[in-house]
Amino acid sequence: MTGATPSLGDGPVPAELAARYGLSVSGARPGLATYTRLLWGRRHFIVAFSTAKLTAQYSQAKLGQVWQVATPLLNACVYYLVFGILLGTRRGIPHDVFVPFLVTGVFIFTFTQSSVTAGVRAISGNLGLVRALHFPRAALPVSIAIQQLQQLLYSMVILVATALVFGSYPSPRWVLVVPVLAIQFTFNVGITMVMARLGSKTPDLAQLTPFVMRTWMYASGVMYSIPVMLQGKPDWIKIALQHNPLAIYMDLMRYALIRGYGAENLPAHVWLFALAWALLLGVAGYIYFWKAEEQYGRG
Amino acid sequence: MADISLDKPEAGDRIPTVIADDVHIVYRVNGGSRGKGSATAALSRIMRRGGGESRGVRKVHAVRGVTFTAYRGEAIGLIGSNGSGKSTLLRAIAGLLPAEKGRVYTDGQPSLLGVNAALMNDLTGERNVILGGLAMGMSREEVKERYQEIVDFSGINEKGDFITLPMRTYSSGMAARLRFSIAAAKNHDVLMIDEALATGDQKFRVRSEERIRELRKEAGTVFLVSHSNKSIRDTCDRVLWLEKGELLMDGPTEEVLRAYEKESGK
Repeated sequence: MTGATPSLGDGPVPAELAARYGLSVSGARPGLATYTRLLWGRRHFIVAFSTAKLTAQYSQAKLGQVWQVATPLLNACVYYLVFGILLGTRRGIPHDVFVPFLVTGVFIFTFTQSSVTAGVRAISGNLGLVRALHFPRAALPVSIAIQQLQQLLYSMVILVATALVFGSYPSPRWVLVVPVLAIQFTFNVGITMVMARLGSKTPDLAQLTPFVMRTWMYASGVMYSIPVMLQGKPDWIKIALQHNPLAIYMDLMRYALIRGYGAENLPAHVWLFALAWALLLGVAGYIYFWKAEEQYGRG
Repeated sequence: MADISLDKPEAGDRIPTVIADDVHIVYRVNGGSRGKGSATAALSRIMRRGGGESRGVRKVHAVRGVTFTAYRGEAIGLIGSNGSGKSTLLRAIAGLLPAEKGRVYTDGQPSLLGVNAALMNDLTGERNVILGGLAMGMSREEVKERYQEIVDFSGINEKGDFITLPMRTYSSGMAARLRFSIAAAKNHDVLMIDEALATGDQKFRVRSEERIRELRKEAGTVFLVSHSNKSIRDTCDRVLWLEKGELLMDGPTEEVLRAYEKESGK
């Protein structure tokens, strides 16, 4: 009863036997095209999963889903109080532009920020799911990005209201909101995938990302105008800050929504950079995530 | 896997569906290291070792070199004491846990019976049925089609309209019934069942055992992890006995169970 290698002793070696009957290696990583097809096949699950997470978030609160809109509103108020009134970072921006400028900045930045912070825990926070069911693991980071997009759409209600209150009325430029969001969403999916893979191996990142994101926020001109504040500093710093993806997405959204924020505030080649960042992160992030597909169950 | 009988080398041969070839599985556990769990202790540990594999990480070798072949039509029981690696082995067969060494070959996609991890307590039973179905890979239409069947089977609505309440308001028995009903709604090629299935009251237990029998009939190969020798005897024709991650014995149910019972002093 101690025979540890039973029943196969006389037969062919396992690999040959498997080949003869057309058995495949369990848990092997599919090719990129197949993987994408599988992921597309799971689109209903991805959407259902992100909607469920979003709904569950406030399901115990008395006000329920009202918080979807109330939370960003309160956020905008806090930032206005601190930066608009107390610190006065609105240098060089007229008052009726500054408020929507700030609110746009906060919401657009938060869109990526929460994708990153949630992305770190996309795999490590759903390990039970990963170890119980089959699906392309990329479904998890994608659903996190979609969850944040849904959250942002609620915030857009506040954003549009703010713009209206401060005199920016609907104009043809508002149509640009759609491509800007689409581009930023692609960027977010990519960065979420990168963070998901990193976070699955090193959960410590969850402690570290808030600091990185806060630095990024203060460097991206969420509550101030980069060209105005950096006057007199070397040009390359200004250019580097203005061309970082989040500064670009914020600027484009402000340009689309705010009447007093014209094209003269945008850095050169802004659409090109917006697209390039999104494609770079989107494609590279997807491939990077897929490369470790079979490893995620290990935790 | 369209027509296996064509390339069957010898007539009357048994068709393998799962082949495990010297499978090793190692878990890495953070923060499970020996010694004190305080911050200073963790820091000094990092300083002392300074790199290398085991910086505060402990390895648990859960499965050590298991080799076996399962054939179509077999129902295989996995027995062994707690922590002997039974559930881990099942996950490796399903391809959910990567093997450290060795390989598992399968015909089609083996599935674990269970969707607990996909369900959310804050959602209504209704939405959990849909979410669970989608998570198991059913299409939207399929879920819609089976929805009523799942709810009826669970019997959640027998005492009023509970399906529209959040799952956190359910009693543990009710929640377990709904979970089982969702999990059992799908048919699988290679089906793996991880113990403690028959939950709920007597009436539901009978119903769920019946459903498992149905699933087994439709599945090619069935694996069952259980601590109940009775359910293993009722279900399985072959048993693998794991102990400390090693395959101790592999053979006909009666033979292995008798040895197991003798060993565990029953």
